[in-house]
Amino acid sequence: MSGPRTLFDRLWDAHDVHARGDGASLLWVDRHLVHEGSHHAFRKIEERGLRVAYPELTFGVVDHYAPTKNRAYIADPAIRQMINTLTDNTARHGVRLYGLDDPRQGIVHVIGPEQGITLPGLLVVCGDSHTSTHGAFGTIAFGIGATEVAHVLATQTIWQKRPKAMRITINGNLSAGVGAKDIALGWIAKLGADGARGHAIEYAGPVVRGLSMEGRMTLCNLSIEGGGRFGLIAPDETTYDYVQGRTFAPTGATWDAALEAWSQLGTDADAEFDRDESLNASEIAPIVTWGTSPEDALPITASVPDPDRVPDAKREKVRDALDYMALVPGRPLEGTAIDQVFIGSCTNARIEDLRMAAAVLAGRTAKVPGIVSPGSALVKAQAEQEGLDRVFMNAGLEWVASGCSMCVGMNGDLVAPGKRCASTTNRNFKGRQGRGARTHLMSPAMVAAAAVTGTLADVRPLLEGRDAA
Amino acid sequence: MSGWSAHKGPAVLLAAENIDTDQLIPARFMSTPRSAGYGDYLLYDARYDEDGRAVGHALNRHTPSILVAGRNFGSGSSREAAVYALADFGVKVVIAPSFGDIFASNAVNNGLLPARLGAADHALLADHLSEDARDLHVDLASKEISFNGKTLPFELDPAWQTKLINGWDDIDVTQQHMDTISGFANARRAHARWAWPGGGDGRQSR
Repeated sequence: MSGPRTLFDRLWDAHDVHARGDGASLLWVDRHLVHEGSHHAFRKIEERGLRVAYPELTFGVVDHYAPTKNRAYIADPAIRQMINTLTDNTARHGVRLYGLDDPRQGIVHVIGPEQGITLPGLLVVCGDSHTSTHGAFGTIAFGIGATEVAHVLATQTIWQKRPKAMRITINGNLSAGVGAKDIALGWIAKLGADGARGHAIEYAGPVVRGLSMEGRMTLCNLSIEGGGRFGLIAPDETTYDYVQGRTFAPTGATWDAALEAWSQLGTDADAEFDRDESLNASEIAPIVTWGTSPEDALPITASVPDPDRVPDAKREKVRDALDYMALVPGRPLEGTAIDQVFIGSCTNARIEDLRMAAAVLAGRTAKVPGIVSPGSALVKAQAEQEGLDRVFMNAGLEWVASGCSMCVGMNGDLVAPGKRCASTTNRNFKGRQGRGARTHLMSPAMVAAAAVTGTLADVRPLLEGRDAA
Repeated sequence: MSGWSAHKGPAVLLAAENIDTDQLIPARFMSTPRSAGYGDYLLYDARYDEDGRAVGHALNRHTPSILVAGRNFGSGSSREAAVYALADFGVKVVIAPSFGDIFASNAVNNGLLPARLGAADHALLADHLSEDARDLHVDLASKEISFNGKTLPFELDPAWQTKLINGWDDIDVTQQHMDTISGFANARRAHARWAWPGGGDGRQSR
């Protein structure tokens, strides 16, 4: 393809094995990550007598059903079975597995980057919609379904139609207490939970350049909550610094060749996007969700929407959401009493997230119970080295092992019916954290503020005079 | 998977927007093998109370093969189990103004049609179904929905249209390209060694 190209175009063209007349392309997959949910897919290929085509490019991890406590004995037979099935499937096909007892185990979207399995310039897929996380490295990364997982296992390729191109440019400056999570919820509230449907999002602009890899991963992770299957950021020195020296990163002459290749990964100045959106970070305040879709998000300083004051088309939706969430129209969001907190998930459980929460919690006591589940066992170890575990435990929160935990509740970490949880996760869907659970999404710093006050709260006053990491 | 080109059946309106895949099948049912059937789990928490008693939900009164839903149907989690629940319940077609991208791919991979309808036509159809379930005729070849002498065009990617009509299975299709794939893999390994784990130096061996 000639002419000006976007970052996404460059990556796509480098992976295009065969372009079909109808617009679909067969794309090469550099890394395939599988978790317990892959059981349907392994069964599908085995029913056809097929093997995993490239086991060395396939990595397994136990995360969705991983117990965060008492790992030695898993009482629930269904959970035990899911983990055993993955263990058996990966062993039978010669696929490396990060199992429960592995010191590098963790959430798939945390350990992929952490181990250097994820690199710039790759195409990464996983049977999980938050695979967009890996796009933070300048890779094409997207979530796929079980039939597609089976296809990748059997062929190391996937059929895709090239999505449209969208750019979200973040200008201005982030103020204290505001981060990548607030940017993400901000644009999703503005454009809608299907705002980026059919598009690959490139995040650009000075604020994105200034984000750490952790922040960039949070931003790309939440692309799917705005309807975008792909979110990506061009690699730069921040990316290379993060990648270099990781277990599966290239070394020596291969590293030099990689840097040369990665330096070509960017969007041409005259490349055109089907949609170009921008946000001014200086105008973003800490954000919380109030409803049952990530698009139902507002600054903490706002009030609960009034169904009688929204456009007709939205009235029923707002009413239904407020009914589920048990919120009173017109009341300030701030001060809404919560029952518990959760800090964890592929969205916000990396070391920087834990540092931000700890900066708020240090020397303070949580008024409600809560769980802190680090993104990986290595993140957990690092946090313990930094003394963050003491901060959380001294505040009264539980410090547990790594997994998807209360974000999706598959391992039994659930929010009880009717309980209200301030959560660093990605979905406030009905029943997501458990049947009847009421989820408010927000940043780790904001969850810490909610813990300290026992209510939805603005973290900014609590950060005064503190060194926010 | 068998292909199909037209379908006639009862349609039910689920007016809500953002019916995500967590609602379509709550996570707690996902450790079940497919052979057990997923139809009972479809929209479980909306159809049953905490004691497992059926509540007044349209899907407890009707067994439609066509659903007409609000925008952003199937958003969220990539769980194909959401499509299994629909398919095992007997749903063949979902009509909505928009779908989650991953859900739509999963649907087509299971012979389920995600038909996108423009806002005005969607409102017309929703109005037609507002009182009760009614039969609709869906023509995949002409991409049209008809009822009461009215015909509404729907949108569907042409590649997906072909795939649904032919009942193609991607693994079968791809197996014709296995030589091209291994050629691509060898070239990538030779010219972009960095793209292999550990730079392809064998350090990653188990």
